[in-house]
Amino acid sequence: MTTLQISTQPVLEVDAVTKTYPSQPPIQALNGISFTITKGELVAIVGPSGSGKTTLLHIMGTLDLPSTGTVRLTGLDVAALADRDLAALRATRIGFVFQQFFLAEHQSLLDNVGDGLLYAGFSQAKRREQAREALRLVGLASRATARPTQLSGGQRQRVAIARALVGQPAIVLADEPTGNLDSTTGQSILALFDELHDRGVTIVIITHDQHVAERMPRQIAMLDGHIVADTIRASSLRDQVSSPGQALLPGTRP
Amino acid sequence: MTAPEIALPRRLRLSDLGRIASVGLRTRKLRAALSALGIAIGVAAIVAVLGLSSSSSAGLLAEIDKLGTNLLTVTPGQSLLGQAVQLPIAAPGMIARIGPVTQVEETGSLTKVNVYRSPLIPADETNALAVQAASLGLLSALRTSVAQGRYLSAAAAGEPVAVLGAAAAQRLGIDGIFSGERIWLGNQWFYVVGILNPAPLAPIIDNSVLVGFPAAERYLGFGGHATTVYVRTQTDQVDAVHGVLAATASPEDPGGVDVSQPSAALVAQADAQDAFNNLFLGLGAVALLVGAVGVANIMIISVLERRSEIGLRRALGATRGHIRIQFLAEAILLALLGGAVGVGLGVLSTAVYASAKGWAIAVPTVAWAGGLGSAILIGAVAGLLPALRAARMSPTEALWSV
Repeated sequence: MTTLQISTQPVLEVDAVTKTYPSQPPIQALNGISFTITKGELVAIVGPSGSGKTTLLHIMGTLDLPSTGTVRLTGLDVAALADRDLAALRATRIGFVFQQFFLAEHQSLLDNVGDGLLYAGFSQAKRREQAREALRLVGLASRATARPTQLSGGQRQRVAIARALVGQPAIVLADEPTGNLDSTTGQSILALFDELHDRGVTIVIITHDQHVAERMPRQIAMLDGHIVADTIRASSLRDQVSSPGQALLPGTRP
Repeated sequence: MTAPEIALPRRLRLSDLGRIASVGLRTRKLRAALSALGIAIGVAAIVAVLGLSSSSSAGLLAEIDKLGTNLLTVTPGQSLLGQAVQLPIAAPGMIARIGPVTQVEETGSLTKVNVYRSPLIPADETNALAVQAASLGLLSALRTSVAQGRYLSAAAAGEPVAVLGAAAAQRLGIDGIFSGERIWLGNQWFYVVGILNPAPLAPIIDNSVLVGFPAAERYLGFGGHATTVYVRTQTDQVDAVHGVLAATASPEDPGGVDVSQPSAALVAQADAQDAFNNLFLGLGAVALLVGAVGVANIMIISVLERRSEIGLRRALGATRGHIRIQFLAEAILLALLGGAVGVGLGVLSTAVYASAKGWAIAVPTVAWAGGLGSAILIGAVAGLLPALRAARMSPTEALWSV
C-alpha cells in the first residue's frame, strides 16, 4: 500500500473539507471530507441523494469553494487562486461530463467537442484537429459532422465525454453520466470509462447507483456529508500497481 | 512532481467571440429578427429623414445652379418718407452700360389692369393675377422657356397679344394654345400666343400675364417705368455689380432702389427645409429607444433561458469576463443587425423617393454612420445589464438548477 502511494502522483487532494450553506438553519452539506485521487485512478463517489456528493463534485471541480479545509488540484491550492485563475484551471486541467450532456444543438459534433478547448486559447483549426482525435477515442469519428439531435442518448453522452477529454485534462469529473440513459446504453458508457481508464485517464464518477459504483476499482461511499467507506477492489489494485499509466493486463479485469 | 503552475485565462479570439455571440441569433432567428426590428425602424426613420432632406436640398441646389446664381434683380423700394418710388425710365439702359453686365431685361407692372377669361367674369374675381409688360429677352434671363405656343416677338410686342405665366394659365383655365384663344385684359381682348414654363428665379412671372411694352403703352396706359430689372452679370463679378447697381439705376436716389439676388433666397429656402426634419428625427429617436428596451428585454430572457449554457461554459473554463463579453457582443450584434437593416431601408426609401422626384440621391455620411454607430451604442447599453447578470451567475446555480 505504501509503495502504491509513493509511486503515483496525487491529482486531487481533498483534505478536511467542510461545506456549510448559510441558510436558516445552516445546512452542513460536507463534514470533514478527506481523500486523495492519484493519477490514472477510476473512482466512484456513491451515495443517496442528499449525501453531499453533488456538493463534493462542485468543490472538486472548483465550481464552488469549501467553507473550510483545502483542495489541491495537481498540487495547486484552489483557495489561493482568483476566480479567473480557477476558470483557467478548469479550461486546462478538468473535464466535466454531465447527466444532461449539455451539447449545443446548432453545432456539429466536431465543434461541440472542440468547445472543450475554446477557453484554453486554441485556434479553431487546432480545436477541430484535437476534437477529431477525441471523437475517435469515443468511437464517433465517422459522425464528426452530424448534429447532436441526430444521435441517440448514449452517443450524445459519448460526445460529451469526448468534449471532456479533448484538452487531455488531469482529471475527468462525471456527474451521473448514466443517469439519463437506459441500462444497456449505460453499460456501454461505463465500458467506455473502463477503456479510458486503461489508457490512463483519471476519472471520478459521481453516482447514486450502487451497481455502477460496484464496477469501479475504487468506491468512496458517502452519507450525510461524511465518507462512510473508501474501498479499493483487490483485483484492480494489481492493475494500478503494475501500470499506473497503461493497463498491460486487461485480461485480468473482472 | 512538476512545479505547480497555472496557465493564465486566455482572451477569446475575435472569430470565436463572433461565433459564440451569434449563437442566440442563429438558434432563435425569429426572435432575433423581431427584437432587431425596433432598432431597424428607428434607424430607417432617421436615415430616411436625413437622406431625403439632403437629397431634396441637393436637388434644389442643383436646380439653382442650373438657373445660375448670377442673376440680380433691381426693384423700386421706398423713399425716405415711405412713399413708393419709380425707377427712372432710363434705368435699364444705364444698367446695361455696367461692364460685367451681360444681359438686362425688364418688366413693368400694370397695377390697375386686371385680366379675366371673358368679360362675363365679375370684376372682383381677378384670380390674383398680375399684368406685366415684359421685354423680349426675359425668358433667357430667367432661364425659363415657353411650354406652348411662342413668346412675344418684336412684331407682336405692339399688338394686343399676351403670354401666360404657368400658374396664370392654370387659373384662367387655359391649358393649350388654339387659334383665336383670347382673354379679357384691361377691357379689351388680347390674343393668347404662348404659355410659359415655371420660372423659379422669378415666381411673380408665374402669376403674371405678359404683354409687350409698346402694346402696354398703346392699349393699357402704361407709363413705361420698369418695376423689376433682371440683370445677368459675369459670374465672378456678381458682388461688384451688386454694389453699384442701385446708384446706376437711380443716381438721384440710390436709397430708393432694392437690389436682390433671387438664387440666394432659394438657397436659404433649401436650408430652411431642415427645420421640419426635427419632428421626424424625434420620432426616429423614440423608435430607437423602444428598440433598445426590446433588445434589453430579449437579452434578459435569453440569459435566463441559457443558464445551463452559461454554466457549461464556466465549467469549460470561461471566466466571468468571457461570459460578460459574450452576451454584450450578442446584444451589440443584435442591435447592429437592426441598424444595418435600418440603414438599408432608409437608403432604399431615400433612393426611391429621390429618383421619383428626379433628385440626386444623397445620403449624408452622418446619417448611415450615425445610424450604425447609434445601433452599436444602443446594443452596448441594452446588453450591459443582462451581460452583468449572466456573468454574476454562479456556475453551480447555472448548471444544477435546470
